[in-house]
Amino acid sequence: MISQSQIIETIKMISDQHLDVRTITMGISLFDCAGEDTNKVCIKIYDKIMKKAGNLVKVGEEIEKEYGIPIVNKRVSVTPISLISASNNDGLKIAVTLDKIADQIGIDFLGGYSTLVHKGMTEYEENFIKTIPEALTVTKKICSSVNVGTTKAGINMDAVKLMGKIVKECAYNTRENSSIACAKLVVFCNAVEDNPFMAGAFHGVGESDTVINVGVSGPGVVKCALEKCDGSLNEVSEVIKQTAFKITRVGELVAREASRRLKVKFGIVDLSLAPTPAVGDSVAHILEEMGLESVGGSGTTAALAMLNDAVKKGGIMASSSIGGLSGAFIPVSEDIGMINAARAGKLKLDKLEAMTSVCSVGLDMIAIPGDTSEEIISAIIADEAAIGMVNNKTTAVRIIPAYGKKAGDEVEFGGLLGTAPVIAVNTSSPAKFIMRGGKIPAPIHSNKN
Amino acid sequence: MKAILSVIGKDKLGIIASVSKELSDLKINIEDISQTIMQDYFTMIMLVDTSKCTLPFDEVTKRLSELGKKSNLDIRLRHEDIFNAMHKL
Repeated sequence: MISQSQIIETIKMISDQHLDVRTITMGISLFDCAGEDTNKVCIKIYDKIMKKAGNLVKVGEEIEKEYGIPIVNKRVSVTPISLISASNNDGLKIAVTLDKIADQIGIDFLGGYSTLVHKGMTEYEENFIKTIPEALTVTKKICSSVNVGTTKAGINMDAVKLMGKIVKECAYNTRENSSIACAKLVVFCNAVEDNPFMAGAFHGVGESDTVINVGVSGPGVVKCALEKCDGSLNEVSEVIKQTAFKITRVGELVAREASRRLKVKFGIVDLSLAPTPAVGDSVAHILEEMGLESVGGSGTTAALAMLNDAVKKGGIMASSSIGGLSGAFIPVSEDIGMINAARAGKLKLDKLEAMTSVCSVGLDMIAIPGDTSEEIISAIIADEAAIGMVNNKTTAVRIIPAYGKKAGDEVEFGGLLGTAPVIAVNTSSPAKFIMRGGKIPAPIHSNKN
Repeated sequence: MKAILSVIGKDKLGIIASVSKELSDLKINIEDISQTIMQDYFTMIMLVDTSKCTLPFDEVTKRLSELGKKSNLDIRLRHEDIFNAMHKL
């Protein structure tokens, strides 16, 4: 039998330190539903998702009770819908159908209203992107993502230019509701195909028919482990690794069990320290526990780099199926430590951008003034994509130009999406640069063949 | 199925007796037991076998947590595998 102290450690992680399985996400391929007649496509999609994921919530709840670990979200990701709507040009109708299905099976989000245009944008893909603001306004549970660059292909600046406009439209369309549509839209560089986390989840084209991907979290557990560590940074790194190992093992157990019960292949475990606005569930507080007065100050990038790396090392030791984004997330509105630092003016956009070069995602859940121009938003996306492209990593932008708000105001999204202090942006104009369009060629080190 | 039962709360008379009785009523066999007092808090860990229990697992956890609420204790039953996954290589 395992020792009493180990059992108590596990119990404390779950009951006091917010260890949870953040999401069980079932990835479902919709290629076999594609066609010219949208009505038929929608019927096929309905039948397939109901058949595969109809029991997802029930099975998730059973595992939750049996193992005594909270499984916060149950979700579905699907093949990028731009590919399924390519011959019918009716993505919007498919989005509405998907939203109804999501409601019916009781999941909280369905991701995959997506398109991959990193190297070039076809006419149907451009039309599809233009439906995103309406799709995210008329649906509740649909999430969208657009991949605008990769290390191998470079950055499609025509798509980047368009996305600045789309983000603004999303903000305007949902202006009565904190511009919430922007919280459901991610612009990626180097998007991964097996990410279980929203809003960026989609079921990649190289994936098998149906898979279970699990996202596991626990910033609170890491922080509590570090509270007992007074040693050097080598020791800090070791503590993080060991903790990440333990968390990942739980994720793998849950993933295997869910895949067995649902008779669906086990895909990956994504160990990402994903904060929530709850006290004791903050990534910023881990960085502060390492010795920073406030997240956002000098030293933040170094501390985050070490955290992200140690998390990956612990996770990789614990499971042979690590995937997704696996690292530390820094969504400002969803992390009480980040919210407080932004409120106090200690966490600014420039520092956040630097942080994204060493963590697992990008500029995430950041509210900026509502009058920020399309070009500036496009340029923010371009900067972020450049960091991803050159560093061979995933980066993303999920930014909210909150309608009618200015720097210093706050936007309330509610629930896990939290509260975002509006952060000032640099207002010097990048308009000419963005208007050039075209593409930024792939970096020299992408030519490895 | 093997599961770990944890009982945590203020120490008082008859905790082991009441928990054991409930487990016996549920036809759950106790295979190992350890108990300690940490900072005035009674902490008991039991390894139990639920294979002869006829009630569904979530019903069992509900009954045990109700017993816990009545006696002001935190009683939880979890599948043994979650502890094995975390602590065994």
